[in-house]
Amino acid sequence: MSIAHSGLQHHVDEPLQTGVPLEFSTEDGATKILGFWLFMVTDVLLFACLFATYVVLYKHIGAGASAAKLFGDDVSGFTAETFILLTSSFTCGLATYEMRHGSHSRLKLWIVITMLLGLSFIGLEVYEFSTFVSHGDTMSTSAFLSAFFTLVGTHGAHVSLGIIWMGLILYQISRRGVNPVTARKLFIVSLYWHFLDVVWVFIFTVVYLTGVM
Amino acid sequence: MSTVPAKAPAPETHQGGFPWSHVAGYLLSLVLTIGAFALVFHAKLSFHETLFVILFLAVLQILVQLLFFMHVTERHGPSYHMMMFGLAMFFVFVIVGASIWIMSFGSMVS
Amino acid sequence: MPESVRNFATHFFVTGDPMIYGADAAITLVSLGIVFTLTYFKKWKWLWSEWLTSVDHKKIAIMYLISAILMLFRGGADALLMRTQLAVPNNSFLTAEHYDQIFTTHGTIMIIFMAMPFIFAMFNAVVPLQIGARDVAFPYLNAVSFWLFFFGAMLFNLSFVIGGSPDAGWTSYPPLAGLQFDPGPGENYYLVAVSISGIGSIATGINFMATILKMRAPGMTLMKMPLFTWSVLASCVVILFAFPALTVALALLLIDRIAGAHFFTMLAGGNPMQFINLFWIWGHPEVYIVILPAFGIYSEVVATFSSKKIFGYKSMVASLMAIAVIGYLTWAHHFFTMGASAGVNVFFSISTMCVAIPTGVKVFNWLLTMFRGRIRMTMPLLWTLAFIPNFAIGGATGVWLAGAPADYQFHNSYFLIAHFHQTLIGGVVYGMLAGMYYWWPKMFGFKLKDRFGHWAFWFFNIGFYVCFTPQYILGLMGMQRRMYTYGANMGWTSLNFVSTVGAFLMGIGFLFIAAQIVHSLFNMERDVTGDIWNGRTLEWSLPSPAPHYNFAVIPTVSERDAWWEMKKAGNTSDLLPNAKEIRPIHMPKSSGVPFLMGVAFFVLGFGVVFNWWVIAIVGFVGVVACLIGRSLEEHPDYYVPVDEVVHTEAALGRL
Repeated sequence: MSIAHSGLQHHVDEPLQTGVPLEFSTEDGATKILGFWLFMVTDVLLFACLFATYVVLYKHIGAGASAAKLFGDDVSGFTAETFILLTSSFTCGLATYEMRHGSHSRLKLWIVITMLLGLSFIGLEVYEFSTFVSHGDTMSTSAFLSAFFTLVGTHGAHVSLGIIWMGLILYQISRRGVNPVTARKLFIVSLYWHFLDVVWVFIFTVVYLTGVM
Repeated sequence: MSTVPAKAPAPETHQGGFPWSHVAGYLLSLVLTIGAFALVFHAKLSFHETLFVILFLAVLQILVQLLFFMHVTERHGPSYHMMMFGLAMFFVFVIVGASIWIMSFGSMVS
Repeated sequence: MPESVRNFATHFFVTGDPMIYGADAAITLVSLGIVFTLTYFKKWKWLWSEWLTSVDHKKIAIMYLISAILMLFRGGADALLMRTQLAVPNNSFLTAEHYDQIFTTHGTIMIIFMAMPFIFAMFNAVVPLQIGARDVAFPYLNAVSFWLFFFGAMLFNLSFVIGGSPDAGWTSYPPLAGLQFDPGPGENYYLVAVSISGIGSIATGINFMATILKMRAPGMTLMKMPLFTWSVLASCVVILFAFPALTVALALLLIDRIAGAHFFTMLAGGNPMQFINLFWIWGHPEVYIVILPAFGIYSEVVATFSSKKIFGYKSMVASLMAIAVIGYLTWAHHFFTMGASAGVNVFFSISTMCVAIPTGVKVFNWLLTMFRGRIRMTMPLLWTLAFIPNFAIGGATGVWLAGAPADYQFHNSYFLIAHFHQTLIGGVVYGMLAGMYYWWPKMFGFKLKDRFGHWAFWFFNIGFYVCFTPQYILGLMGMQRRMYTYGANMGWTSLNFVSTVGAFLMGIGFLFIAAQIVHSLFNMERDVTGDIWNGRTLEWSLPSPAPHYNFAVIPTVSERDAWWEMKKAGNTSDLLPNAKEIRPIHMPKSSGVPFLMGVAFFVLGFGVVFNWWVIAIVGFVGVVACLIGRSLEEHPDYYVPVDEVVHTEAALGRL
């Protein structure tokens, strides 16, 4: 039995491994990316519980509107939201691509575009919610509407947080350039963004499409 | 590639080029979404058949995001994140499926 | 406007009960005493820079341990109050309302604020040392976890004197816990405080999972990990998959209460059973979250004090993982009586019974490890031995309860109470005490003397059976849980009285543990070897307590029980650092932000409890500011210079 000679086994951010993307080049970066995957696992389960509650309650409409009535009148809103979010996931992916393959100015451009798409998504969602509320379909109308607003609103809160977070990372990249730390941060926020896209696809399918069927 | 200056990406990742896989992923996600939409509004399947197919399309969307955008297959050491994510999918199925099963006793959920 | 002020004060502060006034006075006196002592000995700066801002897992472990023992005291005091009320029929020692509050806080504190910090104390104290790492994967997050737990616990305990305690049971079932039937702030305290500490628990789960997966010493493959580390990994898997369900259950009930939603109300289509479903999706795996680390501790203790390899290592690992996964699939057995379809009850009956199989494997492995071992009867082993019959009974009664038809009889009776105390005390508390005695020298650098320890052990253990065995019978006689009194004609009097005597014997046992700690503090027996028990795993290769960077050079492992094998081969000196090999050590900086974030969460939570939104927003802004501040921090770490490492190691006689 012998001793490993490096005293720098863990938390190292100096010696760069070669041949791997910058964000994975340090032990610390790779560990934090794994940590973020584990966080996403907990978030997946959180959404699973919200979906389970929604599915259990979605026919419990009391004296309020049904899903078919609520979503069936105007499908353009959620359709637009869906395509905006899918596109933002693509542009966010392009930001990671540019980070790995060269142009840092294009990287920043794609982040800004992603944030703008995110903002327009949130804008549409706020508009949708306020329309429902103005028609008297509020959270306290029925169990179905409680579950709907909570599930979709939780996703919206996640997206809003993602936009602020992305802004913070954009600021750091502008100030400090792309280095193993900022690359890791951008990679993680992009994972988060794609993950929110996946959640939205399920909201689109389970809440909206199933609702109008 | 023996000596790479610190704080620079490794050579083979340094080339420009066109992000083909990202574009492919984007197109796939659009096709899957439009497919689900068309199925609900234009196809004449029963409720349960439609539900089954659009849920299947949504699962494909997960794979598209994971493979084309989230770099899930990139391995730097053992791929613990894939194991945990797979297990998470199993538990999602358990939570949603069993909740419906358990809670369907007196409710209208079929 | 003195009238309005008085009106506010009588609602804000809990009034009218002499015991509460006594508690108010005691809290004030203790707080003043702490402030005075810290000022008198000029220790404020020391407290801040050495403890409150520390991100060192060893110090966080100590803070968790102190909190857990304090909460064990508070939860235990609640238990004694309940048993005093039930000692004789038609007792008026506690009113019905006060009794409700006490059983609610007893359960919540014991599970969320005693068992969880106790296991986290063990995680923190041991895992990095056992796997040859210098800290956990995310030391800063680890401090955040602790302070979220701490301020969650503070918020919960505050309800006792400000606003009123929750009183809908630790499970907080709606509609009773809904706004309609429980309008006071007590329920909000429960929901908010448990949520805040729950966030901390999720973060700890992520942290230790990443630590174990990514930071093991070179050569330590998964199948060479010590069993305690394996048990922590299994426990973290369950934390990751179960805790989000608690977050959702509590959040939805809170939304019902403060935003007028209808998830769990009786009106507008709400369904209270969905809360119960979500709660137990967390609640049942939660008992495995706390018992799995205890199993890990028993494995370490049995192997060490039998001077033998653990029997059936691979089956131990497999059974840990099997319990983690099967244990997740049993939650509906908590509400068999809801009347779900027969198929549901059959499935959950069978899955529940299945958990007994891997658990049985573990018990036999422990027994076979001791078989023909050279056994040393130390405090940790004593508690381990006491655990085995205890858990056998708890497990057997669990299988009875698992049968859905029989459960219709046992449900919510004292039979159930006796069963889960038998597993949670006999399994978890005994395990944590065994772990505390075992690793105390490693954590503090001195051993707990046996003098009062044996008294504590026998009082607690005999007290346990005297307290809970009658409760099985009472349950079969029809006594339901949460009854605040009973009539003399029920025939329950003598058994209840015996049970109360047992509870007080356990209380005396706890006092002996406290006496033991104080006695050992004043008659300190220092551990100068670092390997006081002749241990088997890497933590015993370090001095007690370990230097703040743990390992001057990271060891390379080639076998299971690495330290034991090195001792056998006579090459332990390989682990001693060589001055030439020492490099600067990369370590995280201390930070006050986690503490401030805990304070901000406390303010946020307090605002939400009373629906005082200005205060809540102030707290929320504080939380966001802490998050942004951390993100912008450019150098959260530093290098320990070689000189300092050389100096420290030389002072420890290791160079």
